[in-house]
Amino acid sequence: MTPRLILTLVAVLIALALPAVLPVFQVTLLTNVAIAALTVVGLVLLTGVAGLTSFGQAAFMGVGAYTTALLTTVYGWNPWLTLPAGMVVTAGVAALLGLATLRMQGHYLPLATIAWGISLYYVFGNSPALGGFTGLRGIPPVNVFGLDLTDPRRFAYLALVFLALGIVAAQFLLSSRVGRAMRALRSGTVVAEAFGANTFSLRVQVFVLSSVFASAAGWLYAHQQRFVNPTPFGLNVGIEYLFMAVLGGAGYVWGGVAGAVLITALREVLQNVLPSLLGTGGNYEVIVLGIIIILVLQFARRGLWPLLERLVPAGTPRLLARALTFPHRPDPTPGSVILNVQDAVKQFGGLKAVSDVSFDVQAGEIVGLIGPNGAGKSTMFNLITGVNPATRGSVNLLGRDATRLPARTIHRLGVARTFQHVRLFPELSLLENAMMGGYARGKAGIVASLLHLERREEAALQGVALAQLERVGLRDRAFDQAGNLALGQQRLLEIARALTADPAFLLLDEPAAGLRYGEKAELSALLRRLRDEGVTILIVEHDMDLVMNLVDRLVVMNGGQELAQGNPQQVRDNPAVREAYLGADVEEGAA
Amino acid sequence: MLGPVAFSLSAPSLASKGLALNIFDPAIFPILTADGLTNGAVYALLSLALVLVFAVTRVIFVPQGEFVMFGTLTLASLQLGRVPGTLTLLLVLLAISTVLNVVEALRRGDGRAAGLAAGSGVALGAGVWALTTTLAAAKAPLLVQVLLTLLLVVPLGPLLYRVVFQPLRNASVLVLLIASVALHLVLVGLGLVFFGPEGSRTPAFAEGNTALGGVTLSNQSLLVILVSAVLMLALYYFFDRTLTGKALRATAVNRMGARLVGIRPTAAGSLAFTVAALIGALSGLLIGPSIAVSYDTGFLIGLKGFVGAIIGGLVSYPVAALGALLVGLIESYASFSLSQWKEVIVFTLILPVLLWRSLSSKHHDEEDE
Repeated sequence: MTPRLILTLVAVLIALALPAVLPVFQVTLLTNVAIAALTVVGLVLLTGVAGLTSFGQAAFMGVGAYTTALLTTVYGWNPWLTLPAGMVVTAGVAALLGLATLRMQGHYLPLATIAWGISLYYVFGNSPALGGFTGLRGIPPVNVFGLDLTDPRRFAYLALVFLALGIVAAQFLLSSRVGRAMRALRSGTVVAEAFGANTFSLRVQVFVLSSVFASAAGWLYAHQQRFVNPTPFGLNVGIEYLFMAVLGGAGYVWGGVAGAVLITALREVLQNVLPSLLGTGGNYEVIVLGIIIILVLQFARRGLWPLLERLVPAGTPRLLARALTFPHRPDPTPGSVILNVQDAVKQFGGLKAVSDVSFDVQAGEIVGLIGPNGAGKSTMFNLITGVNPATRGSVNLLGRDATRLPARTIHRLGVARTFQHVRLFPELSLLENAMMGGYARGKAGIVASLLHLERREEAALQGVALAQLERVGLRDRAFDQAGNLALGQQRLLEIARALTADPAFLLLDEPAAGLRYGEKAELSALLRRLRDEGVTILIVEHDMDLVMNLVDRLVVMNGGQELAQGNPQQVRDNPAVREAYLGADVEEGAA
Repeated sequence: MLGPVAFSLSAPSLASKGLALNIFDPAIFPILTADGLTNGAVYALLSLALVLVFAVTRVIFVPQGEFVMFGTLTLASLQLGRVPGTLTLLLVLLAISTVLNVVEALRRGDGRAAGLAAGSGVALGAGVWALTTTLAAAKAPLLVQVLLTLLLVVPLGPLLYRVVFQPLRNASVLVLLIASVALHLVLVGLGLVFFGPEGSRTPAFAEGNTALGGVTLSNQSLLVILVSAVLMLALYYFFDRTLTGKALRATAVNRMGARLVGIRPTAAGSLAFTVAALIGALSGLLIGPSIAVSYDTGFLIGLKGFVGAIIGGLVSYPVAALGALLVGLIESYASFSLSQWKEVIVFTLILPVLLWRSLSSKHHDEEDE
């Protein structure tokens, strides 16, 4: 038993004891905390993990609450039927809003959530069928095993069970393949897409999932209060849920719970204490809350939970028992054409970054793509990997026309890449980072991951990722945080991540940039070994020594055009290359 | 003659009174349009402030509407001969920012600068306090009260920047947005404490009406439109012709580049917030006579400026201003025929705009934290 597990069990036991021992008023408060925490756990998945900020969670709670209120009071449904019904309705609303707004980048989405937070509030308040601003009354209690949960103590247990299920499901999700891809969304779409994830679809799924958490919380709320009106689902409440996540630590499921506890308790205390100090004329707790959030952002931007977590050491993670092996991708016939670029043109407005470049890469070789700054190497790299497709011309990969394919589809053809500026997830372990490369090899979706039905696949991914860490020499640090690695090792980890995808074709974007001499030698040795094991490699690099001694063939670009091709000796002797690339002191430079 | 049901009166309030009015009725349409343009002019001013603050500091400044509220209610307090609570807020912020400046100077080991910061902070605070208490008690003439209001509200801009946003200047847009929302709640809460829950109006600056081609407009409306137009031209002149304005624009285009040519980003941020507070306070003074402003009115007004700013993609000043005018018009027409759904219509309008914006703008990866 790790210290963390023991503490968790203690917390669970305390939570179970509280409804029995606390005074009734505080039991109700506990139920409110549990309901808020359930919403906030959903918000953590959306905001802290996937990086999509929402001020509109309370509105989704409202959809769940109003659905059950309407169906139970007007149509006489059983509350246990309205729970899934509310989830379906909420998911439907969220899916529509998500499809409309989740293509938005960065700050547009939270603004949209403010807008619909306000809109849905007025919709609730202005619809006569929903009781207008006075709301709907007479909602029946929930019945469990023939027992009506009218007693606050009994209802508190129901809320705690819901919260516990929500926490467990969220933790399951975060320790899965989908969970890792969700984390990748936070720093943008490029990495997740490069390893085969459809980031838009993933965003919509996370968004719908978090709305379902809110819907369940809304259902609880409706049956606790036995009546609903628009107030608890307005924008201000949505803002408060986000504040709970920020205060506790938006990146952590337990942080969300802690935030819900802290803010609910804080407000209760402030509401009792402040008016006696300052008079009853104001809404003082809102002022204090706002100031606290600003201070937290200024001094502990990741929230309070990581500060607590540091006090309790995590035990060594255990590996899953392996029961399944992924099939190895069939090796391409040696000498067959892996990549064919034909008359590729890339135009940015009036600027031709790449004009009419053609070259091949054959199975089993290492090809270097070199050129001075501004030669168009990175643009070419983006054309091949589907990040930024060609204006004209064609790119053929592993026998398929890939000119217009998105990055994720190109990856699934058997192409994996590394990034010029290292794009790892510093707070995750080396193992988890490497496993991210195997995203496209797994199949389990978000529902299977929530229920931990994908453990066989997860075990297989762990096995593959460990093998690749071994291959690049990082096996003994598998459980360290990636952020603690030196730059050279981070670049090796990026290669291990790419190898976890079992690629037929590996593209490396300046893998030696910033490496020390010894690290470069190790890198060269690794790449040669990989070639001998059947991986075809295209490397964009500045370091002439490294490239000349490593590659089988070179493609030289200059000013967006292809300058020369050939083996290192031919390129070295090419007068145009000397002139354009190596400069005047070519004799010393190339010697 | 015009389609009888186009926006027919589904609003029960009017239908029940048996009014068979049409939104395109020649007696009503111009009035609605004039109303929409008057409100739209104020939204347009606010949208310009929002675009400016976002461009220079990346802060999506949700509390912009609170400057409006403080503008109106400070003047209303002065009218009643009271010392407005705005003074307390100003002095507290001044104290905090003075302490921050002193600590920062001491850390640099610059005792002289620390002394200077402390001295000027105390002197400024004492000066503003003495001036406000004297003038408030004396019930000075309207113009003096307007100037005093500006003196009290405008410095809130740079002070809030110093205390709240400058320490966060390296944070992501999303973190800044959350801080911005938190600040909004604080300022609304303080508004309630300072001014109470009731709405207040301020005296009109212009009496009477003017007939313009068959439409009668109040002179106050004309004044609002006129002052807004002059302010926009002044802003245009400022950004296009003056060195300081150009420095702000340079910072907006490229923070690092501006820094390299010697423009301090914090000075630019401070200036942007000053302009935003000035625009907010003036807007508050302009709308004060036509609507009753209460502590929470600012938010909805500010949000409508936002819809305009977002139509301009948070970068284009003219498009933002046009968008805000459009919001004013739509709101005015909607309030006539579908008054209950007015807010739903205005804020749902933002969704297609946002969608179009995000699809048409180039996607960049945003590194978090």
